Amino acid sequence: MTAALQVEGLNRAFGALPVTRDVNLTLERGARRALIGPNGAGKTTLVNLITGALKPNSGRVLLNGEDITTLSQAARARRGLARTFQINQLFRGLTVLENLCMTIGERDGNCNNMWRSAGAKRSVIDEAIDHLESLQLVDDALKLVRELPYGRQRLVEIAIALAQKPRVLLLDEPAAGVPSSESHLILDVVAALDPDIAVLIIEHDMDVVFRFAREITVLVQGAVLTHGTPAEIMNNAQVRDVYLGQDSHRGGQHG
Amino acid sequence: MDTTSRERARERAAEYLLRRHRFRPAEALPWLIAIAVYFIFPDRMTFGSQVLIMVMFALSLDLILGYAGIVTLGHAAFFGIGAYTVGLAAARLHWNEPISGLFAAAIMAGLVGFITGWFLLRYRGLTLLMLTLATAIMLQETGNLRSDISGGYDGLPGLTFDPLLGKFDYDLYGHTYYLYVLAVLAVVFYFVRRIVYSPFGQALTGIRENVRRMHAIGSPVHRRLVTVYTIAAAIAGVAGALFTQTNAYVTLTVFDFDNSAKVMVMLILGGTGRLYGAFLGAVVYMVLEDYFSKLSPTFWQFGIGLMLVLAVLFARRGVLGLFESAGQYFSERKKS
Repeated sequence: MTAALQVEGLNRAFGALPVTRDVNLTLERGARRALIGPNGAGKTTLVNLITGALKPNSGRVLLNGEDITTLSQAARARRGLARTFQINQLFRGLTVLENLCMTIGERDGNCNNMWRSAGAKRSVIDEAIDHLESLQLVDDALKLVRELPYGRQRLVEIAIALAQKPRVLLLDEPAAGVPSSESHLILDVVAALDPDIAVLIIEHDMDVVFRFAREITVLVQGAVLTHGTPAEIMNNAQVRDVYLGQDSHRGGQHG
Repeated sequence: MDTTSRERARERAAEYLLRRHRFRPAEALPWLIAIAVYFIFPDRMTFGSQVLIMVMFALSLDLILGYAGIVTLGHAAFFGIGAYTVGLAAARLHWNEPISGLFAAAIMAGLVGFITGWFLLRYRGLTLLMLTLATAIMLQETGNLRSDISGGYDGLPGLTFDPLLGKFDYDLYGHTYYLYVLAVLAVVFYFVRRIVYSPFGQALTGIRENVRRMHAIGSPVHRRLVTVYTIAAAIAGVAGALFTQTNAYVTLTVFDFDNSAKVMVMLILGGTGRLYGAFLGAVVYMVLEDYFSKLSPTFWQFGIGLMLVLAVLFARRGVLGLFESAGQYFSERKKS
């Protein structure tokens, strides 16, 4: 079976500074992978390379066996690669509902239509509400995104990614900046994701990582240090040195 | 959540999105006023036509600036292309039929919009501002270079056009042309309104609000921008064509930076991304310009400048935005 996502020998440098060094990574269908590493390890850069926000200097990215290295971000998204951003990237001046309808519209090509009213297609609205329901956002559907508290905005960020019906989902610190009293909701959502979707999560909170991930990849200075099951990673002396040893073993700080 | 309240949430959501698309009674107001002006100021119809033409020009800019968030200082390029399409057709090719002239102008301006947009819309912000400005200047200079064809800055004077629909002839007071321009504006407005509230229009708003997110959800951003830029160019071209037809002459000044800047000022003054901002802005600007220039032929621009300063200080979202804020304020006071 072809892997959902395959990264082969990916390299990227900013000027003389290599930020991604010969990274290989494979996500099987339904994978639950965590990507960890100290600050500045190049985790977000790697996500940007995979989604096409950045172009690699060398190496390949394959989505369901198809080489997508030269494709634009949008073309990759249309093939089922979705992401959330570490810092919210939402349509702040629009309602939550419109944020979702727009995503569904672009996914299905409805947005090519210039003549029909945006609200005329009931199936789009129904689906948008379905997604909002699963994230307990229905009551906020008609509120502007910028009027929501940050924690709820983070949920909208995830709702948009889910509305893309992705086959591979990259979550860049989904609970970052959310007070711990609200972060459990986000983590519950992440835990309850469709088992068919391959998920890669970047997270600093080791509790979350060990609870969620079945496999962990450790990135240090742009290169993969090691990868393995949570138990293997926890007992890996090298990892403890460079990463876990830095702060206390449990409950590392959010980025 | 039980099923009935669930259903209600869905109904509310659908209603919310559909409601914006429906015509509101207040929307009839600008049109009623435009018709009333025809009867109240029969001797000001030439000026009235110019105002309506600027409304159409500002409306085309609203599509790209107000909805898609494209900043341009070269929108006069398309107005000029449209103006010269009918001007040259009438002067050099003896193509004097006005309505087919509008279509020709739309096609020519749209074509130039498509080609320049395809290249320029990879850029944003200041870079785009400079490039659009340069495009308009280049077109103007091309016209100047071939003044044997374009007539240069002396223009193409004394153009004649066939009677409208073969029946209604041009009259000295511009009555026919006022109604003609108003009818064309109504048709154009209907198209623009449909586009703005369509899923495509929503996607444009998305590009304005957050282009990074649009890329991430798979939107073909460049294609969307080029599409709307082409449409806006075509509409600006129609406005330019009407300008030539109503004035019966055209000179290269239609490409002026002044013209690009003026239409942007009008739109911002009226309110961007609101459809009727174009109406209000163009009317307020043109009427004040007319008034001030009669008041003081030398210093009239001072009045315009002062008005702009006041708008920037007190009405950031334009005059229409000011009305909206006032409406909100009073409805909230009523509630409490």
